[in-house]
Amino acid sequence: MNTIGKVTGIIANLVIVETQDRVAQNEICFIKHDNTRLMAEVIKIMGQKVYTQVFESTRGLKVGSEVEFAGHMLEVTLGPGLLSKNFDGLQNDLDKMTGVFLKRGEYTDPLEKDKEFEFEPLVKEGDTVIAGGWLGEVKENWIGHKIMVPFGFKGEFTVKSITKKGSYTMNETMAVLVDKDGKEHKVSMVQKWPVKVPIKAYKEKPRPFKVLETGVRVFDTLNPMAEGGTGFIPGPFGSGKTVLQHALSKQAEADLVIIAACGERANEVVEIFTEFPELDDPRTGRKLMERTTIIANTSNMPVAAREASVYTAMTIAEYYRAMGLKVLLLADSTSRWAQALREMSNRMEELPGPDGFPMDLPAIISNFYSRAGYVYLNNGETGSITFIGTVSPAGGNLKEPVTESTKKAARCFYALSQQRADSKRYPAIDPIESYSKYLEYPEIIEYLNKQNGENWTKNVWFVKDALLRSKEVYEQINILGDDGVPLDYHITYWKGEVVDFVISQQDAFDKIDQRSGFVRQRYMLENVVEVLKSNYKFDSFEEVNPYFKKLINQYKQMNYSEFESEEFKKNEKELEIIIQERKVA
Amino acid sequence: MEKDTKAFQRIYTKLFQLTKATVSLQASGIGNEELAIVDGRLAQVVKIMGDIVTLQVFAGTEGIANDAEVIFTGKAPTLKVGEDLAGRFFNAYGEPIEGGEIMGEEREIGGPSVNPVRRMQPSEFIATGIAGIDLNNALVTGQKIPFFADPDQPYNQVMANVALRAQADKIILGGVGLTNDDYLYFKRVFDDAGALDRIVGFINTTENPPVERLLVPDMALSAAEYFAAEKGQKVLVLLTDLTLYADALSIVSNRMDQIPSKDSMPGSLYSDLARLYEKAVQFPDGGSITIIAVTTLSSGDITHAIPDNTGYITEGQLFLRKDSDIGKVIVDPFRSLSRLKQLVIGKRTREDHPQVMNAAVRLYADAANAKTKLENGFDLTDYDERTLDFARAYSEKLLAIDVNIEVEAMLDTAYELFGKHFSPVEVGLKQEFVEKYWKKK
Ligand SMILES: Nc1ncnc2c1ncn2[C@@H]1O[C@H](COP(=O)(O)OP(=O)(O)O)[C@@H](O)[C@H]1O
Ligand SMILES: [Mg+2]
Repeated sequence: MNTIGKVTGIIANLVIVETQDRVAQNEICFIKHDNTRLMAEVIKIMGQKVYTQVFESTRGLKVGSEVEFAGHMLEVTLGPGLLSKNFDGLQNDLDKMTGVFLKRGEYTDPLEKDKEFEFEPLVKEGDTVIAGGWLGEVKENWIGHKIMVPFGFKGEFTVKSITKKGSYTMNETMAVLVDKDGKEHKVSMVQKWPVKVPIKAYKEKPRPFKVLETGVRVFDTLNPMAEGGTGFIPGPFGSGKTVLQHALSKQAEADLVIIAACGERANEVVEIFTEFPELDDPRTGRKLMERTTIIANTSNMPVAAREASVYTAMTIAEYYRAMGLKVLLLADSTSRWAQALREMSNRMEELPGPDGFPMDLPAIISNFYSRAGYVYLNNGETGSITFIGTVSPAGGNLKEPVTESTKKAARCFYALSQQRADSKRYPAIDPIESYSKYLEYPEIIEYLNKQNGENWTKNVWFVKDALLRSKEVYEQINILGDDGVPLDYHITYWKGEVVDFVISQQDAFDKIDQRSGFVRQRYMLENVVEVLKSNYKFDSFEEVNPYFKKLINQYKQMNYSEFESEEFKKNEKELEIIIQERKVA
Repeated sequence: MEKDTKAFQRIYTKLFQLTKATVSLQASGIGNEELAIVDGRLAQVVKIMGDIVTLQVFAGTEGIANDAEVIFTGKAPTLKVGEDLAGRFFNAYGEPIEGGEIMGEEREIGGPSVNPVRRMQPSEFIATGIAGIDLNNALVTGQKIPFFADPDQPYNQVMANVALRAQADKIILGGVGLTNDDYLYFKRVFDDAGALDRIVGFINTTENPPVERLLVPDMALSAAEYFAAEKGQKVLVLLTDLTLYADALSIVSNRMDQIPSKDSMPGSLYSDLARLYEKAVQFPDGGSITIIAVTTLSSGDITHAIPDNTGYITEGQLFLRKDSDIGKVIVDPFRSLSRLKQLVIGKRTREDHPQVMNAAVRLYADAANAKTKLENGFDLTDYDERTLDFARAYSEKLLAIDVNIEVEAMLDTAYELFGKHFSPVEVGLKQEFVEKYWKKK
């Protein structure tokens, strides 16, 4: 018998319920209203008073309404068919909802329970298995979707029976497992898991040691993201957070991409719905949508489900990681989730921390980021979740609680600068402020140098240094005037500009320039380093600016042409001519 | 019909708590967000604790006694929608200002959101003739975008121009704390243009109680949803000035003792504004809601919580400022942005549009640097001088809000200015465009 209660108070979507019986923190309950049931989550228990946050509008709700507790926390349904879906923050399949407008209290099945999947067993009777162990495999798009021992199973189990190769629906029994007490457990293709609990079906989480290729030069060349690493992108509005995340979702070398659209614009999600089914996945030649799952809780959708949306996305990512896959998880924007926590904490009249955010915000953020990572599974295979979130700091000021807490939790910092965005230097990642801690990991350095040539990291630091020196002399020139500084200063300044325009900047809307693989990036980096190391002859500072503009313009023509095409080679030759004009031995 | 509902209305006469904006009383069977009439004034349920109901009185509680009559209506705020709305002006409660009745179906305002998978990606270019908008910040149907402007800028005039040129089936004006003069201005301009039958107005002027304003955007957007979702029309919603809307929100939250966040604004400001702006939509069958709003700034400060939260919600912003070099108001190319422009520029407009736009803005940025140099007392190079000349002409011929030309003409004007002041290498356009368009001038 489930616990029953009654509504005794309503303040916006905070609803107070009274009950005499057993309730648990974070338990889900349903509030009866007219002919619907509104889903809510327990967030505080004070004696018989249970505080719940309702995931829907509470308009018209009355005191005295009946409440039924579900006996479990907020959980997601895990099984084949999650890919290519568009879910809301609570994992309702948005495509199954009826009508143009969202209806309150309409909850839909996240999976297709009648669809048949081709099952192939991976164990035999008598085998010993533990939670997360692979029992069999079904095809989901091109991925071998593993049917696993449910993550909640504790201890060792013996396979009593395993279903033969064939075609089955997801709720059929695929295996019967026997625990050490001799009790039998049926396992289907589907399991449920509470979103706030990390899935730990792996042996070990080493330090990340591989680089995740993204095709974005400011990432790969200048601030590489590790496979299984964490990073965040803070920036004022309009500085390019979403464009950058979309670029990552299209191009990154991941098996699958999970996007949590958290409290941002609906049209940005529509862009993905519209474009991804048409765009090719450069790795498989299939459509991008086939490797993508979207969790949409846009800014007009219920605020309380904002928090749920990022956890739902993370849990789905963990599920696929346990199958040995390389998952890229993106959340735009984690600030909206923090704000949702703030709204609720204020309504409950809790003692506020800095800027009114809950006191435990830093812990919440750091726990979340720590769920990412590269793992060795129990069967020796590997899987990873690379997590990149955006942060939307109030007033663009990075000294605010969400940015500061995230900076402590994430290893890469991609700071978007208003000034760069204003001058259309996209992506507007500040080349000086931003960093990737991974670039200091010996195992990452080794990996990069092995992949991109032994001078790779040395060259990377060389161009980073050129950017820094360029910025320094620029300030000098501004103070002392063009003719108040030595000629060299102008050359140093422009050499940094070459790095900025040719490597940092990248046109996300140009078919060619938007994606640059490591092979191409290596060519460009070596080429630019060579140019930077050369000396040039000028008679006056007035010659420096037009010369380098010409040089940069030529480089840009190269960036716009297909790598190693005729056009590219032609541009390369012209570049060489320009270099020789002023190069001195 | 009227009588029937009356029969179910519950009447109370014992208020036990009054604040400046709220009254509390003992009552039962009341729904959250339900409307009530308190001493003849409209009020809405904002909190229920056991049998204690707290109501927010839109017009304020001045003069209300603790034995005032409270009548609950049993429903959330509504608007009667129908073709009858067209050509008329209403107050914040959806009652015709000039009196009379409205024939139509009653709808709750502030209704549910469109399922994101049922939306279409906006793709229809809105030509306004203003190059600061069409060339640099092209607008698209289904977009939501505010003007960011100091209170002394002519934003209402620009907005009225844009509305009339936008070829919308309906223009819905939501006046939020509009001065009476501006209200009459809008009426006159629409009348002069012979457009009154396409207009619907929901007006709260500075003479009305500030908290009433909170109803206006929802009224306007509910009317918009009727025309766009049900009649498949292209609807343009003008909301001016949403800074005053946010101010009204802060008055209410303040009086309800909520913890204020940045700039004394309620912590829910982002969600409150997003709820409105996200009503902008392109429906698959051609209907659309485009929202053009106004956010007034205090001395250009966009880091204040109101413009800041707005910027995070809207699809760009159009920043108006006076250019003292030419003595005209311009659409500032640095601080303005249309996030949906890439859906139409170079696709619905000429192929070189994106490149020309970026090149011109870059040169304008170079001019800004040159200007700083000049102010710091340094000598200018020949290039610096040329950028300054270019900037002046660019401002005058393209950025000023009094420009009214076609996009092709804007692009040609840009080439004309490039050619006059620079070499192709300095402008840095793709070679194919230089060959195709540069010589043509
Ligand atoms: N890499 C880029 N290349 C070209 N334009 C860009 C790029 N990044 C951002 N932009 C421009 O900036 C606008 C805002 O970017 P967006 O990612 O939506 O900002 P944010 O998410 O930070 O608010 C985009 O609509 C686009 O016009
Ligand atoms: Mg964004």
